[in-house]
Amino acid sequence: MKKNLLVLTGLLIVLTMILSACAAPAAPEEPAAPAPEEPAAPAMKTPVEVFSWWTTGGEANGLQKLIDQFNAAHPDAEVINAAVAGGAGSNAKAVLKTRMLGGDPPDSFQVHMGHELVDTWVKTDYMEPLDDVYSTYGFNDAFAPGVLAIVSYEGKPYSVPVNIHRANVLWFNKAVFEANGLTAEDVSTFEGFKAAAEKLNAAGITPLALGDNGPWAATHLFETVLAGTLGAEKYIGLWDCTTDWNGPEVKQALENFKMMLGYINEDHTALSWDQANQQVIDGKAAMTIMGDWANGDYIAKNFEGYGWASPPGNTGIFDALSDSFGLPKNSKNPALMKEFLGVLGSKQGQEDFNILKGSICARTDCDYSKFNAYLQGSAEAWKTDTIVPSLAHGAAASEGWLTSINDLMPTFVTGGDVAAAQAALVQAAADSGACK
Amino acid sequence: MHWRLNRDRLTAILVILPSVIAILVFVYGFIGWTGWASTLNWNDMMPIPKGAILPKADFIQLDNYIRLFTVDQRFQIDLRNTIVFTVFFIGSCLFLGLGLAVLLDQKIRNEGFFRSIYLFPMAVSFIVTGVVWRWLLNPGSADSPVGVNQLLVNLGLPFLQSKWYTNPQALFILPDSPVGQFLHQVGLSAVTTPNFGISVAMLSVVLAAVWQMSGYTMALYLAGLRGVPDELREAARVDGANEVQIYQQVIMPLLRPITLSAVIILGHISLKIFDLISAMTGPGPAFATDVPAYYMFDTVFRGNHFARGAAIAIILLVSVAVLVVPYLVNAIRTEVHR
Repeated sequence: MKKNLLVLTGLLIVLTMILSACAAPAAPEEPAAPAPEEPAAPAMKTPVEVFSWWTTGGEANGLQKLIDQFNAAHPDAEVINAAVAGGAGSNAKAVLKTRMLGGDPPDSFQVHMGHELVDTWVKTDYMEPLDDVYSTYGFNDAFAPGVLAIVSYEGKPYSVPVNIHRANVLWFNKAVFEANGLTAEDVSTFEGFKAAAEKLNAAGITPLALGDNGPWAATHLFETVLAGTLGAEKYIGLWDCTTDWNGPEVKQALENFKMMLGYINEDHTALSWDQANQQVIDGKAAMTIMGDWANGDYIAKNFEGYGWASPPGNTGIFDALSDSFGLPKNSKNPALMKEFLGVLGSKQGQEDFNILKGSICARTDCDYSKFNAYLQGSAEAWKTDTIVPSLAHGAAASEGWLTSINDLMPTFVTGGDVAAAQAALVQAAADSGACK
Repeated sequence: MHWRLNRDRLTAILVILPSVIAILVFVYGFIGWTGWASTLNWNDMMPIPKGAILPKADFIQLDNYIRLFTVDQRFQIDLRNTIVFTVFFIGSCLFLGLGLAVLLDQKIRNEGFFRSIYLFPMAVSFIVTGVVWRWLLNPGSADSPVGVNQLLVNLGLPFLQSKWYTNPQALFILPDSPVGQFLHQVGLSAVTTPNFGISVAMLSVVLAAVWQMSGYTMALYLAGLRGVPDELREAARVDGANEVQIYQQVIMPLLRPITLSAVIILGHISLKIFDLISAMTGPGPAFATDVPAYYMFDTVFRGNHFARGAAIAIILLVSVAVLVVPYLVNAIRTEVHR
């Protein structure tokens, strides 16, 4: 009996050793595993892992198109699309952070250009500069100077932007607007919005649809109100605190925000942004303020009776955000990845991608004849309007600051305490360390 | 007792050593790491030097904890929500579980069929429960109700409609009510604010959680009831006890250990609850359904406040330990007595 136990123990120890010895070399072998499934392909394809939160509809198809382009040109490599689902990257970012902190970065990952890129990853020394990619592919001339400034830190670019989205668009149901004698111009001021909303309320229609199941949607609405109340210059000043968060303009913005929140759907906390958009499609609600990915939602749902306008006070302001891809330090295939980044920034790549994604190119030389009417208009506005960075989508403020603002939204949306909200905004700005 | 290292002992030690080491590293090591991280000023993304396990952040003692308990509104709402959720969740599960178990114990036909039906929800993950109940309890609007509200309208019971988990209100003792005035006089006027109220939206989450876990509680109680020998019931009947008295005087006292186990199991689920909240409601209106575990996830992975999240993790650990440790100590002591 004792002997048996000893033998068993010995076996266990040996097994443990074998297992632990296996653990290290097992990892690099893993990517080769799919090989037996496709015997025709060359035995060893170098995997290049691209990490994003694009899992559905046009954005996933757009990314796949870019991957196909790259794979066609590189028979020896294979792009692995490591996407994690979840709106605005909420889940993907969590997975990414554990991987980056744990020293297992993907070869490239999706990141909003602006403070999300710079404050979270560049200043903390997690990223490789991409000046060689920019010079090799001529990106320095291809992207607008404003875009170059946003993706750069201390004079070097750190990511390749693939698109530009506009956050401040007011979408409305044309039939509902017509039936109530309203036009896009009517809602271009806060007073006009209020009058229109009263009219719609009287007609039994929800004036403004909101889906703040994720608090970012409320922040998104708030940033358009901030920009609309303060104007572009003072709005930009908020993010380095040259505009006073404790001032009367921010108070006025909160009052305007509160006024608009008086006209939203009752079940807003139960809905996501696209479910709120559905209320506009169904004609239950007249308007919603959402980024121009809503345009893709209308197309996907075969709805044509929609119109767009500037949210109150936002005429001539382009509230921008951009998805970009960077190169983490210690990635496994930096050389191949740089070529993939070249595809992402190419004219062909950006045109193919953005038609499907429903956004405009970060490059200035795209041919918009194949794009739909909204995007053609957006591309024009991109050239003429004043560009301001989006708060809710990582361009204007660090992730910590944004989270603090997101955190005060649920309380303000239900409670509407302007003084408390402004105090919290002041505190959040002070905590962020962006104000010196 | 003289302790000698003979072959038998050596074998025993060798056999348990791997799991002891694994537990030391992967459980207690990481608890220690989290505790350490919670005392640092690591509230932004920072590079971790090669070979190190923590970034070079300033040691700030208990500042992260102090902040949570003093200025952090969201955390304080979360504490309230956790208490509300725990009390209602455990209470309802015990009540329903015992009720179902007693009914099933009446030697009914097809008992196995009913037992399975009541037990099945437990086999579903909280994520699935959360998504389904989110749809069911979506209130829709007054003109076009959906889900359960629509059902209530179709049944001719529209007055039962509710805003479910979208209700931002909290039920609390009004300051000008008689009870509120009494509390004010004894210096407890803080209790008469929404911060000490019952978040209505949380009760919808409790509904989903109870749907899932009451069957499990029933299974526990049913096992307990089956363990009560018929002789005891017979003896009680011979002594002139009626059926109600048999339950009150004989069976319930015998089920006390089961109740304790159920409270421990349900309690540690409710204190740590994350998945159900995440799938069903998120933080909710005015954080009506927010809980510490969800806030921890938010603040670490969205806000990069790693140390603050670590502090929440340690607070959760302590609160679960307060519940579980006395139980374990008691269990070990009774085993030794045997």
